[in-house]
Amino acid sequence: MYLGIVKGTVVAERKAAGLEGTKLLLVQPVDEHGTPVGDLQAAVDRVQAGEGDLVYLVGSREAALALGEHPRAGGGGAPAGSARGAEAASPRGIAPWFVPVDAAIVGIVDGVDAPKQAPTSAKGNSR
Amino acid sequence: MRCCRVVGPMWAAVKHPAFEGRPLFVVQPLDDRGADVGASFVAVDTVQAGVGDKVLVLTEGTGARQILKMGDIVPIRSIIVGIVDAMETSP
Repeated sequence: MYLGIVKGTVVAERKAAGLEGTKLLLVQPVDEHGTPVGDLQAAVDRVQAGEGDLVYLVGSREAALALGEHPRAGGGGAPAGSARGAEAASPRGIAPWFVPVDAAIVGIVDGVDAPKQAPTSAKGNSR
Repeated sequence: MRCCRVVGPMWAAVKHPAFEGRPLFVVQPLDDRGADVGASFVAVDTVQAGVGDKVLVLTEGTGARQILKMGDIVPIRSIIVGIVDAMETSP
């Protein structure tokens, strides 16, 4: 998981199955001081974040899990992202529907308690 | 897994339900000499780590889900799984 700042929105009319109705935002990954790290990316929003918000995201396969079970897989409406939803999915033997995303905003950050620090060496990618 | 330094706690009121009641920390990966390397990231704490602690961070989702025992649909990828007492490397 990593921090990011919402920079804007992405509008896409034609999307892959599973992405219908999802809100896509442009996010700049940042460090704990708000310094940009790496390149801008598009992420699915799960928490109604707005432009300028400091958020945290989850990447890779877990981003698809943030969207929960897809209605088409038998979840019946709202994404069941909670543990309860996961348990409910298993007994019915329904495999989670994996939405093709690799970044999802899963929280709006209210504060980070990080001491001020001199800039360190080159930042790489470690998510 | 990576050896990291706990930079500080983080708060979020609005979050995915999977994060409810789980302490979040910003952690900074360290190299073999204990110096910062790479970009900091966010991890869920499972071992009551404190600020400044050297910790072991699992950064793989399947392992994290097994440890958290919250089912299969949990968007948590990095968790703190240990507090490092000492690290030894040959010069």
